[in-house]
Amino acid sequence: MTTLHIGPARHIGPAATVRHGLALAGRSVTKIRKNPESLLDVTLQPIIFLLLFVYLFGGALAGSPGEYLQLLLPGLMVQNIAFASLGTGMALNTDITKGVFDRFRSMPIARSAPLIGAVLGDVVRFVVTLAVLIGFAMILGFRVQTDPGRFLIAVVLMILFGLCLCWVSVFVGMLVKSPQAVPGTLVAFIFPLTFGSNVFVDAATMPGWLRGWVEVNPVTHLTNAGRGLLLGGEWVGDAAWAFLWAIAIAAVFFPLALRAYRRRVG
Amino acid sequence: MTYAIEAEGLVKRFGDTRALDGVDLAVPAGKILGVLGPNGAGKTTAVRILATLLRADEGWARVGGYDVAREATAVRGLIGLTGQYASVDEDLSGTENLVLIGKLLGLSKAAAKARAAELLANFELTDAASRGVKTYSGGMRRRVDLAASLVGRPEVLYLDEPTTGLDPHSRNEVWATVRGLVDDGVTVLLTTQYLEEADQLADLITVIDHGKVIAAGTPNELKRRTGGQSLQVRPTLAADGNAVAAILRQLTGVDPLVDKETGVLSSPVDNPMLLSALVRRLDEAGITADELALRLPSLDEVFLTLTGRVPATEGSAA
Repeated sequence: MTTLHIGPARHIGPAATVRHGLALAGRSVTKIRKNPESLLDVTLQPIIFLLLFVYLFGGALAGSPGEYLQLLLPGLMVQNIAFASLGTGMALNTDITKGVFDRFRSMPIARSAPLIGAVLGDVVRFVVTLAVLIGFAMILGFRVQTDPGRFLIAVVLMILFGLCLCWVSVFVGMLVKSPQAVPGTLVAFIFPLTFGSNVFVDAATMPGWLRGWVEVNPVTHLTNAGRGLLLGGEWVGDAAWAFLWAIAIAAVFFPLALRAYRRRVG
Repeated sequence: MTYAIEAEGLVKRFGDTRALDGVDLAVPAGKILGVLGPNGAGKTTAVRILATLLRADEGWARVGGYDVAREATAVRGLIGLTGQYASVDEDLSGTENLVLIGKLLGLSKAAAKARAAELLANFELTDAASRGVKTYSGGMRRRVDLAASLVGRPEVLYLDEPTTGLDPHSRNEVWATVRGLVDDGVTVLLTTQYLEEADQLADLITVIDHGKVIAAGTPNELKRRTGGQSLQVRPTLAADGNAVAAILRQLTGVDPLVDKETGVLSSPVDNPMLLSALVRRLDEAGITADELALRLPSLDEVFLTLTGRVPATEGSAA
């Protein structure tokens, strides 16, 4: 017989919040393991993006698809992460209408724990989408020109960015009525973010007003950092900017998402 | 008397509708309160407020002495919740669900597993423990929901329509579990549309309709309050029927109703003392009776009197 009595706790500290968040992230991972088809979007998307952009634009933009692939891949990593973050808001929007969230809310755990759990669980989706992207790119001829250490830094940086971007997705997921409305709303945000960058084309070819945006865009900084880390060259400055951007996005959207969640669930 | 659950003047509005319109509740520790009412009466809203899932617009509620609004975390440490709204994750197995809850409540992995195994065994779910909950039957599903709410050994348990849609066998199992919990000192608040359920389980009943408490008390008090007691006699020999009818007429002043099939004669009475008078008169007349009773109205009749509506009958899930 296990003895347990949950005494009345008045406050839930940050350590407990993280512990609860991790336990709930475990739930997300178990769900993915049982429903592998839930990973279909993050599996197909990188393959489609790669084939489409490399062969459609490669010849025109870089002389050959092979050369374009080298330049494009770090940016595509960022883009796939951004699109993968759509899933968080959709999944939470679906979840919240089911009773299991009320069970969590009636327990002495941090209010934010179910959200943190969902976001942390999405690391699996990010890892899968990056693995498919890089694996398929290597089949097409992509080669990392630096070392495994810097490759790892690039991957960690991308995932960190994705985790922060997820809070935008969670926020939207709490605002819209149905899960289907999440991508529609978020695409209006993710398109200018990912395409209005130097992922696909050199910013020097753009008109001044657009170049202004492209140069501050976190996706541009992260892409530059990725190129430096995977192909060689400077990366620290851009990585720092991308990191600061990611923290800023999370700092704004985490509280917004939490407030929207509280309103949503009463 | 210490109350595990107390609430006064609870009001909750959703737009223009007042889901709760000044509800008072009090449940002594270790008792079962049945909250009875038709669909949409406000039962679930009341439970959600008492479970800290919803804030009341007016009024206050305390669970285990803690205010549900100001000391919600403390309240959450005392309660378990089962019902239409608080369920388990269908994608996970029974064990996975219970282990997750154990971990969230601060148990170590090993302790959470042990507690899950113990509860699943208690609810006869050991064989299905590793199967996804979505493959469970309705009765199993309800049992795993109940098990999930017990992982933390709650002092106060909310059961929101725990047997709606269950077959009689599964329903009896849930009832037996609830009785066992109360024997262990748990306080239970149970909402139901079924009078039989309230009658069978509850020490106290609160009837809610249109967001208001329209009656509260023990099942017997409620039956008595709405009046309508009757004397019932079934003579051993059918031939004595007319003699019994004559006695009843003399005692009550009206002709008794005769059920031709069962041979039972019944007369409405307002004075319970008439029962002993009836016994004496039958004795004097040398008539023996197989059945002789002063019967309270059924809760169905009470409900009908209180709400003007026929209640949901067992099995007709609303």
